[in-house]
Amino acid sequence: MLTDLTIHELGARFRQNDATPTEAAREYLDRIAALDPKVKAYLTVTAEAALARAAEADARFKTGAPLGPLDGVPLGLKDVLCTRGVRTTAGSKILEGFVPPYDATVVARLARAGAVILGKLNMDEFAMGSSTENSGYFATRNPWDLSRVPGGSSGGSAAAVAADLAAATLGTDTGGSIRQPAAFCGTVGLKPTYGRVSRYGLIAFASSLDQIGPFAKDVEDAALMLQAIAGHDPMDSTSAAVPVPDYAAGLGQGVEGLKVGIPAEYFIEGLDPEVETAVRAAIEILKGLGAKTESVSLPHTEYGLAAYYVIGPAEASSNLARYDGVKYGLRVPGARDLIDMYSRTRGAGFGAEVKRRVMLGTYALSAGYYDAYYGKAQKVRTLVQRDFQKAFERVDVIVAPTTPSAAFRTGEKEDPLSMYLNDVFTIPVNLAGLPGVSVPAGFTKGGLPVGLQVIGKAFDEAAVLRTAKAYEGATEWHKKKPELGA
Amino acid sequence: MPEPKITMREVEQVARLARLALSDAEKERMRRELDGILSYIDKLRALDTEGVPPTSHAVPMTNVMREDEPVPSLPQADMLANAPDRSGDFFRVPKIIEE
Repeated sequence: MLTDLTIHELGARFRQNDATPTEAAREYLDRIAALDPKVKAYLTVTAEAALARAAEADARFKTGAPLGPLDGVPLGLKDVLCTRGVRTTAGSKILEGFVPPYDATVVARLARAGAVILGKLNMDEFAMGSSTENSGYFATRNPWDLSRVPGGSSGGSAAAVAADLAAATLGTDTGGSIRQPAAFCGTVGLKPTYGRVSRYGLIAFASSLDQIGPFAKDVEDAALMLQAIAGHDPMDSTSAAVPVPDYAAGLGQGVEGLKVGIPAEYFIEGLDPEVETAVRAAIEILKGLGAKTESVSLPHTEYGLAAYYVIGPAEASSNLARYDGVKYGLRVPGARDLIDMYSRTRGAGFGAEVKRRVMLGTYALSAGYYDAYYGKAQKVRTLVQRDFQKAFERVDVIVAPTTPSAAFRTGEKEDPLSMYLNDVFTIPVNLAGLPGVSVPAGFTKGGLPVGLQVIGKAFDEAAVLRTAKAYEGATEWHKKKPELGA
Repeated sequence: MPEPKITMREVEQVARLARLALSDAEKERMRRELDGILSYIDKLRALDTEGVPPTSHAVPMTNVMREDEPVPSLPQADMLANAPDRSGDFFRVPKIIEE
């Protein structure tokens, strides 16, 4: 089956004329038709467009002129990325009928690389959530146990890769929304440095934290995906003019002599013992490969979550002001006046979590509370950043658990705060703008995937990927597939 | 019982500022949940941040300059295509000014 293959394996088959992009696209579309009713990863499947793009890729391979490693490769996109002519909802009812007039930069870059887009993937509404239960449409399920959540907010993107419903996907990560679902679904998930990837055409949640990155079946594929989307974009003034190295070329360098920091604050009460065991075993493997480990301290870790739940909602309350029933999306009819129309449209169009964060953000920014909440949180953000700066004076990468536990059950975390606590190990990385990856690091006794997080210095995705690749090369976890029937 | 972090009046005021119509049941639930979240966030107060500068962005960046050269914008028809209501080349909204 072509759907089993990684991007680099599939590309090799295309180049050897052992398979065509059209065959690959058809296999994926058939598998989506058969299995996605169980997993519910896709909000929109673009079969016709996918087959048309695949036919173009067929022709390029036939003439011996493929565009590169992603040519003809079937991919999926989180539904927060604008796609010209294809409905884009951000998982929200308020954008149910929205058809963007332009492509996000990452979407345009994947198209230029020859990728075949299979469709748009489910997510927590406006990327607010850790389980994909906050989607305005339906909940996505974890392919390893359909009674459990895939994580979130990029749950559809993670589940699609884990269930072989796409060769790789894009997601976004504001407080862990790539790394946490990657850990829960047993895939590789990479959050690049803030500014590494253009956010143009990404429907904004918290603009100082949001970053786009890939989910992939292995580390090499994640490197290939990052290569295609990374780099400065004049359309996003926060995208950085920092040179993009050849990520795949540096992957095989190993970790001999690499200094790996282990943060004590990530091995705390509340960390599931099975997760801890897996992560400690992973650290031993890295040591065995020649890495030099040492403890580092990130003392403000426990404050990161609280700072995030001020900063994220504050930025969101401002960004989401644009959903006013005027330019696009839902408008509730029968309003008395303009303000009534705004309020009723937003009241009807937003789900409970989005309303909660808009309220929280508006409160934190309002007169009398600004300094106590937003101002304070921004100062704590500085302290979290300094923790990492200090640690990275001594080490090259930091490794830690991605999440405190493996995937929880659908409906298990009804209290919003208990859901937020799930992001305690991923949020500090967003506050500091650093790159981080989650790689499969084993399974619980119940058969649920566990993720190992590797965190790097700003713009040093290469070291993060190289560490992840060395670990992956010494293990077989990434090769395991969930049993979903045929 | 500790003093609530947020009162019903404040919930209503914030909902007005945020232009969110909430039902009575939603308001009560919102008050309770925001109370819990704000109590958690209060742990920030324990930290001494005297003299710590605020960080608004992870990557230090000031103004980004470029040549002031006109480039094509998206076509007007495309930008109006998603409008819930329009009149010719305009977005149409409910009446703003009292007669």
